[in-house]
This record gives sequence, structure tokens and C-alpha cells, in this order.
Amino acid sequence: MHKWGMAVDLDKCTGCGACVTACHAENNIPTVGPEQAARGRAMHWLRVERYWEGDFPDVRLKFRPVMCQQCDAAPCEPVCPTYASHHTAEGLNAQIYNRCIGTRYCANACPYNVRFFDFFNPQWPKPLHLQLNPDVSVREVGVMEKCTFCVQRINAASIGAKGDKRELKDGEIQPACVQSCSARAMVFGDLNDPESEVSRLSRSPRGGKLLDDLGTLPKVTYLERQTQV
Amino acid sequence: MSEAYSRKLGDDLLRPLLETSWRFYLIVAVLGSIVLMGLGTWMYQMYMGFGMTGINNPIFWAFYITNFVFWIGISHAGTLISAILRLVNAGWRRPVTRCAEVITAFALMIGAMFPIIHLGRPWLFFWLVPYPSSRQIWPNFRSPLVWDFFAITTYLTGSVLFLVLPMIPDFALVRDRTTGLRRKIYGALALGWQGTPKQWHRLESAMSIMAIAIIPVAVSVHTIVSFDFSMAPVPMWHSTMFGPYFVAGAIFSGIAGLIIAMAALRKFLHLEEYLHPVHFQNLGKLLLMMSLLWGYFVFAERLTVWYGNESAEIAVLRVTQKGSFAPLYWTMVVVNFVIPVSILSIKRLRTIAGCVVASFGVLVGMWLERFLIVVPSLGHKYLPYSWGTYRPRPVELLITTSTFAAMCLLYTLFAKFVPIISIWELKVGEQEPHETAQERSARVLGEARP
Repeated sequence: MHKWGMAVDLDKCTGCGACVTACHAENNIPTVGPEQAARGRAMHWLRVERYWEGDFPDVRLKFRPVMCQQCDAAPCEPVCPTYASHHTAEGLNAQIYNRCIGTRYCANACPYNVRFFDFFNPQWPKPLHLQLNPDVSVREVGVMEKCTFCVQRINAASIGAKGDKRELKDGEIQPACVQSCSARAMVFGDLNDPESEVSRLSRSPRGGKLLDDLGTLPKVTYLERQTQV
Repeated sequence: MSEAYSRKLGDDLLRPLLETSWRFYLIVAVLGSIVLMGLGTWMYQMYMGFGMTGINNPIFWAFYITNFVFWIGISHAGTLISAILRLVNAGWRRPVTRCAEVITAFALMIGAMFPIIHLGRPWLFFWLVPYPSSRQIWPNFRSPLVWDFFAITTYLTGSVLFLVLPMIPDFALVRDRTTGLRRKIYGALALGWQGTPKQWHRLESAMSIMAIAIIPVAVSVHTIVSFDFSMAPVPMWHSTMFGPYFVAGAIFSGIAGLIIAMAALRKFLHLEEYLHPVHFQNLGKLLLMMSLLWGYFVFAERLTVWYGNESAEIAVLRVTQKGSFAPLYWTMVVVNFVIPVSILSIKRLRTIAGCVVASFGVLVGMWLERFLIVVPSLGHKYLPYSWGTYRPRPVELLITTSTFAAMCLLYTLFAKFVPIISIWELKVGEQEPHETAQERSARVLGEARP
């Protein structure tokens, strides 16, 4: 059984935003337009948070790509009244769009704010409507959606490997964000394989979890320079 | 009890049922059109998409959930207060109980609409219900929203029973005084009531069972409503005191709602002889006590958060005490605590008008309290990058307004078709008018001690 996880090296991240764009293209995420974005309805399954540290002129700019942390003890799952938000055998926090009735409770419970609500039926400005990914369903108004670790790619690779009667290789699966990262700051793989690159990075002394003290057991590890404050 | 008094009671209290003035039609027309406008607005919201509301990321719950908690809170007026007054056999309760109990039934119905109105796909609300689905999927029993469903349906069933049971003898009275279609309808509602000793005995036992059973149900309902918040790891939501805090707030707003309803009934139905200043005095004292209790809860909640000094919680505390929500917060403190305590603790001011003024303040304040629990916390979760704020949009304001009209409309219709004051209970009360404490204890304990 696999346990999918990710490691993000913040010291490598340049904040270019290629992962955000790739995520939108891969997962058919609607672009809501400037007016709705100003109302706080922008949808980015993956966002790059900017933080400034220190006082001028001694300022350091930091970037942190934040996507669903695929928690093992996910607060979003028990609160969903219809099991639309549920845990898969491979440890992903899946969202079943057809089963979602839009209570939005999961989004409130999520400490990372990485769940998004479809306030309207999705729309894409031309010609983006011609590039929808056929492997990913388009979500209708009134449901929640979120980062899936590109589960369509995970499934395609797993089925392909099964057809070839072989094990999945480390690095064979790349979510869109990992694939598009020019700085190679993001690594995806199987946390149950102690030899995989993501396992090795997750054990790094530079590693840490986001909001670790909430006890959500995220499967995303952030690596950054450890400084003494 | 004199025959004349009995006849006068019937005449006075059945008059609204038998005579209809143009004012009734006007009120129903105005309130009805506001309710229809609210329904239309909801249809519009469904048709256009949920984005017509002011909900955004990260404020995923706002006006509708505030209204939900508010109306469920109002529902605690009736059944709980009337059950307690019945159990302690407070003589002054007799004219109050029914107009209190009916608030519960209607406020629950209105409150229970909001979890459906607020759904992204409200046409699928029945997925919250455990029904034998062909796909063999059950709701998630770990979710507080499913607990809500069970709590509210239990409470609604219980409080409707508790309301309808003591109405049976009064329906029989109306049946016996009317003719034609009215006689048939009220006869059916009276369920064959003949007033035999056996029937009276059964009614009394059923009512005492319901009065005892409904109290833990009422307490559990608002505790479970508070669990919607306290089960989620959101700053200032995740608190062990939310259960009792919500129950206290619910009773507080419930009494305020009851005082306003009683004052309105007294004025419009000319019930001055039945709803006396002493009723308002007594309910005013109850409101004063709940105001002090509410103040204590808010103080305890805020002080522990401030001392705890946990960064996410402090952010929420700051934005409510000092930041953008401060005007609402301090309005809440004034209308929920300062004004009611100053009006109601002075005997000279604890008049009907004084109680009504305090109660209006409490209704506004308790609505704000729920809003200030829901919104600032969601806007200030752990990662400052995704902080946000909220402003209601017209659909939310219209739907909220229409529910207040719906409450008034249902109440008007109820007072039109059912004697709003329990006639038979007043007659029973007249038979034992001046029982002293000693007499009562002798009567009650005398039965237990041979």
C-alpha cells in the first residue's frame, strides 16, 4: 500500500508561480475573474504565500507554496455529514464532488484554508475553455473542491504499472505542480518506501510540518533553513 | 368557580377566533408578502448561484448560520420555560405557557430552514437524513451536522406534542361553542375529548411526562448546536464552555422573545385582564438573571483566552474587542448586559414597557453574539495569509428579514385559530386561587407521606 506525500524545499522556491498555473491547467480550476477575486472567491488549489521577515532594510522575502496537506488526522473529514470528504486507502483526503451538498463545514474545519467552494458554475475566458483536461471532472455550483495530489495521474500511473506487471518507480508520478517546478523545489512520492526521495527529504533536519502543533499529521513536509531566533 | 367567570373567560379568549377584523387581513397580507419575497429571494439565490451571498473564502458561514443559531435559541423560550414553570407549579404561569410553547414550535421550524438555505446544493438536503438509499450510503454519524438533524427533529416533535396536548380541552371548548365547518374542524382536533375523569387523568400524566422529558432535550439541542462550532479546530470555536454558554444564551434570547410576544398579544388582542404586569415583572427578573449569567459567560470566555495568549485566538480576540468588529462587539455588550441590567434591576423601571425595551435590546444583542462567534473566527484562522472579512449582500438581508416576518405571520395565524391563552388551565387556576406555600407543601408532601 502506498502513502503519498510531498516535500517542498522552501530554500529552493523562487515564488515564480508556475506550480499555480500548472495546477489550474491540470485540474480544470475555474478562473473567477477580477470582480469575484476581489470578493475573496479566487480559487487556487495551490497558492504561493509570501512572507516578509525582518525590518527594512534588513528584509528577507519568503515563499511558501500551500496546497492541501493531505492530513492523516484531517479535521475536514469527520465534520462532513455526507462522507463527501473522506480518507482513501492510500491516505489521500479525497473529495467526492457528486456527494457534496455544500455545507462548507470542511472548509471551516481546515486550518490551512485549502478548500474552495464553487460559488457559481465554472467559466473560463476564451480560449482557455478549449484546454480542459478530459481526465478531471468539472465541478458544478455549490460543491467544495480541493487539491487531490493529481489523483488522476496517480491512478493512471498505477494502472499502467499494473498492466506492465511491475512496481511503480520512485518519481514516476509527478503532480502538475512538481512537474512544472523549474527550481525542483517540490518532490512527490511514496512515504511508505523508506528509500524514496520524498521519504529521505521528509526525514531531513531541515524539515517541518505546517501548523504541526494542531496534530493534523500532514503528509507535506516543508524544508527550510533553520535559524536560531 | 362561578359560571359567570367561566363564560367571560370563554368570551374574551375565544373572541379572536370568532371575530375577524380588517386589521387581521392587513397584517396577514403585509407579513405574507414579505415571506413570499423571502422565498423568491431564496429561489433567486439558487438560480443564480450561491455567489449572490456575501460568503467568501475564508468566511464560509455567516448570516445564515447566525440566523440558524439565533432562531434555535429563540425556540428555548417556550418549551423550556413553560416546562420548568409547570414542574414547579408556579401559579402565574397559566396565561403564559401556551404563547411561550408556540414560539418554540415556530422558531424551530424557521431555524431548521437555515441549514438548508445555506447549502450549496439545497435540493440534496435529504442526504443528511438516514434513509434506506439504493446506493446504501448513510450519513456520516461523526458529523455534528447530522447530530443537529437528530437533535432538532427530536426537539421539534417533543415540543409540538407538548404544545398540542394542553390544547385538546380548549379545542373541545371551541367545538362546543361553534357550528358548521368550524365545529367539524375543531371537533377533529379535539380528538374526541369529553372531559371524563379518565381523560383528565391521562392528559395530566402525559403533560407531566412531557414536561420532564423536554427539559434535557432542550438543553441537549443547543449544546449540539454549539458543537457545530466547538468540534472544529478553529480559534475561539474550539472551546469546552460552548455547550452551557449556548444554552444560557438561548434561554436568554428566548425569554426576551417571549416578553415581546406577550406584550404584542396583550396589546392587539386586548388581554390586559389575563397578562398582568406581574407576569412581565417575573419574566423581567428571569431576564435579569440570564443577563447576568450571560455576562459571566462572556467574561469567562474572553478572560481565559486572553490569559491563554495563544496567538491564533488572540488574533480573533483583538479583532472583536478592538479591531473591525469592535463596534458590533461593544453594541452587543451594551444591549445584552448594560441596558437590561440597569433597566431590570430597578423595580420602578421593570414595567411592561421597560421589559419590552430590554427584550428588544437582548434580541439584537444575541443575534450579534452569534454573528461575532461565527464570522471573526473564520476570518482569522491560523495562517494570516488567508485572513478575510465579510459583508452581507442583499439576498442575505432579505432572507433574514423575511424570517422575522414569517415568525410574526405564523404567530398571528396561530393566535387567530387557537385560543392563545389556555382557557381550561385558567379555570383550574381559579379553583385553587390562593394556595400558600404551606398549603402547597402540605398537599404535595401529604400525598407522599401517609
